Amino acid sequence: MNGLTFDIAHLLAGSLVLISFMMLYQDRLFALINVFALHAVVLALSVAWQAYIQDAHHLYITAAIALVFKAIVIPVGLHRIIQRLGIHRDIETAVGIGPTMLAGIGLVTLSMVLMLRVTPEADPLAREDLAFALSIILLGLLVMVTRRNAVSQVVGFMSLENGLVLAATGAKGMPLVVEISVAFSILIAFIVIGVFLFRIRERFDSVDIGALDDYRGERR
Amino acid sequence: MNSTVALLLCGPAALLATAILAAAASRLAAATRLVYGATLAISAVLLATAASHLAGNPGEASATLPLGLPWTGARFRLDGLSAFFLVVVNLGGTITSLYGLGYGQHESQPHRVLPFYPAFLAGMNLVVLANDAFSFLLSWEFMSLASWALVMAHHRDEASRRAGYIYLVMASFGTMALLLAFGLLAGPAGTYAFDAMRTAHPDRFAAGAVLVLMLLGAGSKAGLVPLHAWLPLAHPAAPSHVSALMSGIMTKVAIYGFIRVVFDLLGEPAWWSGVAVLLIGGVTAVLGILHALMEKDLKRLLAYSTIENIGVIFASLGLALAFKANGMASAAALAFTAALFHVLNHSFFKSLLFFGAGAVLSATGERDMEKLGGLIHRLPVTSFVFLIGCVSISALPPFNGFASEWLVFQAILRSPELPQWGLKVIVPAVGGMLALSAALAAACFVKAFGITFLGRARSAAVERAREVDRWSLAAMVVLAAFCLLAGILPGFVIDSLSTVTLPLVGERMPVQMAQPWLSIVPIAESRSSYNGLLVFVFITISASLAAFFIHRFASHALRRGIAWGCGFPDAVPAAQYSAVSFAQPIRRVFGGFAFRSRETVDMPAPGALEPARVKVEMHDVAWEIFYQPITGAIDFATERLNHLQFLTIRRYLTLVFLYLVILLLVLALWP
Repeated sequence: MNGLTFDIAHLLAGSLVLISFMMLYQDRLFALINVFALHAVVLALSVAWQAYIQDAHHLYITAAIALVFKAIVIPVGLHRIIQRLGIHRDIETAVGIGPTMLAGIGLVTLSMVLMLRVTPEADPLAREDLAFALSIILLGLLVMVTRRNAVSQVVGFMSLENGLVLAATGAKGMPLVVEISVAFSILIAFIVIGVFLFRIRERFDSVDIGALDDYRGERR
Repeated sequence: MNSTVALLLCGPAALLATAILAAAASRLAAATRLVYGATLAISAVLLATAASHLAGNPGEASATLPLGLPWTGARFRLDGLSAFFLVVVNLGGTITSLYGLGYGQHESQPHRVLPFYPAFLAGMNLVVLANDAFSFLLSWEFMSLASWALVMAHHRDEASRRAGYIYLVMASFGTMALLLAFGLLAGPAGTYAFDAMRTAHPDRFAAGAVLVLMLLGAGSKAGLVPLHAWLPLAHPAAPSHVSALMSGIMTKVAIYGFIRVVFDLLGEPAWWSGVAVLLIGGVTAVLGILHALMEKDLKRLLAYSTIENIGVIFASLGLALAFKANGMASAAALAFTAALFHVLNHSFFKSLLFFGAGAVLSATGERDMEKLGGLIHRLPVTSFVFLIGCVSISALPPFNGFASEWLVFQAILRSPELPQWGLKVIVPAVGGMLALSAALAAACFVKAFGITFLGRARSAAVERAREVDRWSLAAMVVLAAFCLLAGILPGFVIDSLSTVTLPLVGERMPVQMAQPWLSIVPIAESRSSYNGLLVFVFITISASLAAFFIHRFASHALRRGIAWGCGFPDAVPAAQYSAVSFAQPIRRVFGGFAFRSRETVDMPAPGALEPARVKVEMHDVAWEIFYQPITGAIDFATERLNHLQFLTIRRYLTLVFLYLVILLLVLALWP
């Protein structure tokens, strides 16, 4: 493997981590969705690059799914939902931006230390890739934890899933990558967005999941 | 597959089939007769098979069924120890079924008893036969659950429900301890067959841990202090013949489990393991009988007395462990034989006494001794056999209780030969505790018999009591005869036990039947010997002579009394000695430390008309020290953890997230 392919893969994966960080400090829903679309575009590029250097043509399908579905269809759909629900002005972080960013830095450090320790004999490209993927997964979880709004939690979950796809494509010869990414996309598309949001909309006239707690008759 | 084992396995299978049929047909009027008749027949066949194996001494036999764990199978094995305990279980099962033929007719809800009774018997048989950890635990748990269902037979009673709950909790705790013990015995290779465990010798720490876990697991089922709290609640709550099975037989199955693991599977014991078992046995004996003395409920008194006898048996087993660890095989054989002999004897007289209590209960509807009295006139046969049971359990010659307790003390008297100073000091101390408990047991059963059967009736129900049916009487008479026979022929029992002791402690007691005139000589003629027959003949002759002289001469003497006093000092039955007043001196002596009892006298002011009152406050110390803190801690923890039920979705996600991060941190920082 020559230096350039490694550097480009590294650059793309690193930018995914960077964009995950950008998601952490978006406090408006539209901005968050736009950043997520960017995340998906970079993921698509990264997967395509992996497909090219591994000479694995089926990965192009994954890249295409990421580009079409996650970078275009879902963000557009989410934009519409937000407009229809009229929640585009909501500021909805539960934890302040400063502590969230610090926690994110800590998580990235943790995943780097961990991955570089436990995989000393692995292929350096796969190793770096896995470390970045773990950071993205943890940052996606952090987004889910620090938000109150159901839409932004879905976005956090999708960025988490992007990390999974990155990990799966980074390792050479991983079976069923395409199928898994398709399955995940369908899961998000139908169950999470459709059922979840419209249920909340019908019953509570809100997408703040705090309303679910009220429905269960519990205190915060 | 060996044909004896096959026959013995068919027995539990037939019992289970009876249980299923009983569940289907339990509402028929004839069901009681049919079920108890079937269990009587099956138990008798099993008893004959096991007894002939024990007497014929053809060694071991085993069988493997293609059930259970795929790589182990369900293994069963018959050797001397399991044959002896099969005799105990099935002798009890036979006689209890005989009793049940009559007593079961009084049951108000037979469909709650009939299906579980054969299942309970089958479970106990299978525990004794099991030869791998999986079958053992499965049968053990089956036995526990069947007996739990029997305890819950009268579930509309609040006390029964509480007893059942506590029993269930303690039974699962005990099974957990057994599970861990077998896990340690199986070792890293995970060989669950007993044959493999027998050859693998665990290291010192594992062996110590197994001993402690067996004391917890088997001890909680047998009723060792402080794990006894469930026993006096659960045993009396069941119908009386089931109480007899639980107290007389199931505790013996627990002792079988202990012996099987500690003497057989664990290999050579360490000397301190004997110390632990001895001390626990001694404390159990004393505390059990003290509690029994304080009871006024007849069945609870008997249940507490079971705890005392279990203590005696465990002390004797501890002694056998100590002797075995020091290579004193003949002394170990003596102590071990004494323990097994007491197992057999206790199964006789405790069943007899529970049957008697059941007869009193069905005749009068009362368990409270303070409402009984004078039953000797109403139930002459029952009171006679109950008296034999009381004399036997009080270890008075010529009955069987004396023979086995005498052997225990003979074994204790060999303790000066032990090399460790700790044992030289502890064994006589435990001997003192056992002597104390034997004396207290005598007092306890003087009270049980005297208050229940002598004096005058304390309630109207007692005056209308009628003698119970013939089946029940037959069962009690048979047991009373066994008590006497085992007391005057102890040599026969000791010789039959030689096939059990020889493989487990490496030695047997000297042959007793060769001694002239049915004497038993446990060690040497010069040290001690006992002749039950001689004592029996002497007691019979002297008692007959005394009775003759009293009737011949004393009855004709002139006596003077108050006119219209009928020879009684006071006309009110409540003025008689009561159960509580009988126990009061002993409560004064031991109550302070054993029960933290306090007496307060509430004396009215001079001139006031209300009566003075004496209040006695007693505590179950084991309950307060061990159980209440544990239940309190569990309550506290569950109360706190309950909040986790009501978090927001985001907080649940946060918990999962934090847990993940912590796991990753551990992985990252692991050296």
